[in-house]
Amino acid sequence: MTSRALEAPGLDARLHVPDRLDASLTAAAGDVVAVIGPNGAGKSTLLGALAGIVPAIGSVEVGGRSWTDPVVPVRDRGVGLVFQDQSLFPHLCARENVAFGLRTRGVPRAEARARADQWLDRLGVGELASRRPDQLSGGQAQRVAIARALAPEPALLLLDEPFAGLDVGVATSLRLELARHLAAFDGVAVLVTHDALDALTLADRVVVLEDGEVVQDGTPADVAARPRTAHVARLVGLNVVTQGGQLRAFSPVAVTVSPGRPHGSARNCWHAEVAGVAPHGEALRVLARADDGPELIADVTPASAIELGLAPGQPVWMSVKETSVDTYTMRP
Amino acid sequence: MNPLPRLPRLSRVIGLLAAVTLVAPVAACGSDSDDSPSSDASSSGASSDGTTITVLAAASLTESFGELAKTFEGAHPGVTVKLAFDSSATLAQQAVEGAPADVLATADTRTMDDAKSAVTDAPEIFATNQLVMVTPADNPAGITSFDDIENGDVTYVACVETAPCGDIWATLAKKDDVTSQPASLEVDVKSVLAKVTSDEADAGFVYSTDAVAAGDDVKEFPVPGSDDEITSYPIAVLQQSDHSDLAREFVDLVTSKQGRSVLEKAGFGAP
Amino acid sequence: MSGTRPSAPGAGRAPLVLVLPGAIAAVLLVLPLITLVATTPWRDLPDQLGSTVVHQALWLSLETSLLTVALCAVLGTPLAWLLARVEFPGRSLLRAAVAVPLVLPPVVAGVALLSALGRSGVLGRPLLDGFGLTLPYTTPAVVIAHTFVAMPFFVLSVEGALRTAGERFDVVAATLGATRWTTFRRVTLPLALPGLVAGGVLAWARSLGEFGATITFAGNYPGTTQTMPSLIYTELQADRGAAQSLSMILLAVSILVLAALRQRWLRPL
Repeated sequence: MTSRALEAPGLDARLHVPDRLDASLTAAAGDVVAVIGPNGAGKSTLLGALAGIVPAIGSVEVGGRSWTDPVVPVRDRGVGLVFQDQSLFPHLCARENVAFGLRTRGVPRAEARARADQWLDRLGVGELASRRPDQLSGGQAQRVAIARALAPEPALLLLDEPFAGLDVGVATSLRLELARHLAAFDGVAVLVTHDALDALTLADRVVVLEDGEVVQDGTPADVAARPRTAHVARLVGLNVVTQGGQLRAFSPVAVTVSPGRPHGSARNCWHAEVAGVAPHGEALRVLARADDGPELIADVTPASAIELGLAPGQPVWMSVKETSVDTYTMRP
Repeated sequence: MNPLPRLPRLSRVIGLLAAVTLVAPVAACGSDSDDSPSSDASSSGASSDGTTITVLAAASLTESFGELAKTFEGAHPGVTVKLAFDSSATLAQQAVEGAPADVLATADTRTMDDAKSAVTDAPEIFATNQLVMVTPADNPAGITSFDDIENGDVTYVACVETAPCGDIWATLAKKDDVTSQPASLEVDVKSVLAKVTSDEADAGFVYSTDAVAAGDDVKEFPVPGSDDEITSYPIAVLQQSDHSDLAREFVDLVTSKQGRSVLEKAGFGAP
Repeated sequence: MSGTRPSAPGAGRAPLVLVLPGAIAAVLLVLPLITLVATTPWRDLPDQLGSTVVHQALWLSLETSLLTVALCAVLGTPLAWLLARVEFPGRSLLRAAVAVPLVLPPVVAGVALLSALGRSGVLGRPLLDGFGLTLPYTTPAVVIAHTFVAMPFFVLSVEGALRTAGERFDVVAATLGATRWTTFRRVTLPLALPGLVAGGVLAWARSLGEFGATITFAGNYPGTTQTMPSLIYTELQADRGAAQSLSMILLAVSILVLAALRQRWLRPL
């Protein structure tokens, strides 16, 4: 668990949106919290509720100041939102987009523009300041959007899948850069993502959301090593099975696929049906559905795949050595 | 409810389309002559042999010709008189363009002249009309005579000069040395009357027949010199008539003593 | 956003069942205009262009139609915004009411205006008694009549544009600290600008051609209330040819203005 030594007051939120969200979230100033979870888990709802653009019941406190008692309107909350689709104002150039949040807070026009230019420079798109959004690539637009969200120096920065829809290369370089800016950012940053890589590289904390509830909250290493849901397990490329009220995680590399029942412990052995085979790095990744429920993945060499004649629908046995299994409890 | 100013129906519809076409008034020009006249078929009794004569008549003849048509139908069982009322200019145009009709009666000789090519013989003058001044029944401006229109506070309306009633007004205004200006020049006499009966004008210049038709809704005042500027109503049988005998008989009825008394009741003068 | 439209080679020939009625519609729309131009006696034109009455009517038409557009923009834009963005009781009722003048015969519009603002109208009477003001027979009455019939075109067009633009950017602006007024000024309005321009052009065109409501409510007097359409209608009583060539003048002016606007504004139209 993270240290909850809230030396500087950060974020303390308890939010309830009927049928969609029922979650608590706390973070210290300077923290970057990644929120991951499957589609429809309530990630965007959580961001919206924090920003005040989704009506929610509960309390939000940021930097020691309550946003809910009395209710602080969106415009006075001091949030910076980075939208998945950037949502840059299409009629304003990059500079004016970034200057917008400064102008609304009373910064004189010339100064706002100068500061906008500095932010654009910092995000490496200074030379695109006069361009309109439709003249920017996806990556460039996202940089402008990040600059726009950061420029007014918000107390809470909310990023909604900022790398979704970007080319892998573009996403990678932007991710590295964002890491740098987030490190320098002294407010709380909440990053919604469906990419484990984002969570692992950018966040100090990972919060796993499922069906509107927080099911796991820990350091990236913790969550990656001991995922508590199948979804996160899949995200981080691990098998997770529930046995006797305990969670057992193991790597797909440790899984052996064989046509007949192997020797060894029965509890590490599943009869399954191959659902699909796809290249995964040097190996082939086999997705199989066990007779008694869990989906399992195994990495096999191309040679053994041919030898096994793996094809969808084929029954196989999958097994793992006890020494490769990490066992932990559901709730700490 | 006040009577609506009389405007061709089609122009209202076309007005709606103005934004799209930009040429509503243009379209309205074209439509007038093509617009089928609003007909008022007064059929008393079943028409056994289905003979119908169509009479194109100036709008000011609405009441009197309605009554005469009934009289005519009573005297000719099985005959229906169909009446189409419109402005004289429009009717003359329709007659020239061969509209299926038997009789044409207009409100001035000029429009009848325009239709010369469509009539069989010399038109007969069957009635006269003259300009009078009317005020609303409660006479809000306290008008006592024609001269009061020179009072700057009096709002009055007249017909536009291109209409027969406006032509007469302009002539009389000149003769009587009127220096004030009307607030509005209405396109036809019914619009003038509507402005007065709806209290939007303190006075208006209409035909004596209009004043009679408006009854208690207006007060009538004479206009100096209007006796010298009477308009004559000619009537004639049309060349395209399929029942020229019946048409002739209808003209005879209109010009008869009986016809005259009906017309006089409506405010028309004798020819 | 981009205007590239790939051709669809597999779409096949246009079916006759669509081509035929389409062609008839085109003929119906275009033919009367062509015959109008063809039968116009152009000899009248020089005289008319020199006539004071025509000058007055043309000038009044331009003046009142532009004032109408201005009034539509100043009053209609906020109304469109209210209809598109603010929940209030009776909103759908109000939206329906706004559209009514679209289907109202213009003469009835004139009568309606008289009943409200005429000398003995519900508002007109107190206006007359209290301030000695009468609207009928004045140029402001022309503008009011035009605004009454043109406003729905403007409001519906702008409301449509506001709805299409959506509230997304309003939300973005709010997260950036903008008040609703700032958002309206700097985000909503610029984004709805194409709708505003389209609505303005529609309103202007409607105003330029307006006749029934004007002549009923405002009257018909050269220089104060006689616009081009009123003059054309008046002229029609005496000389159809003259009316036609006057119509040509009006047509030419509207085409000129639209062409001038097209350069800059009307590409999406």
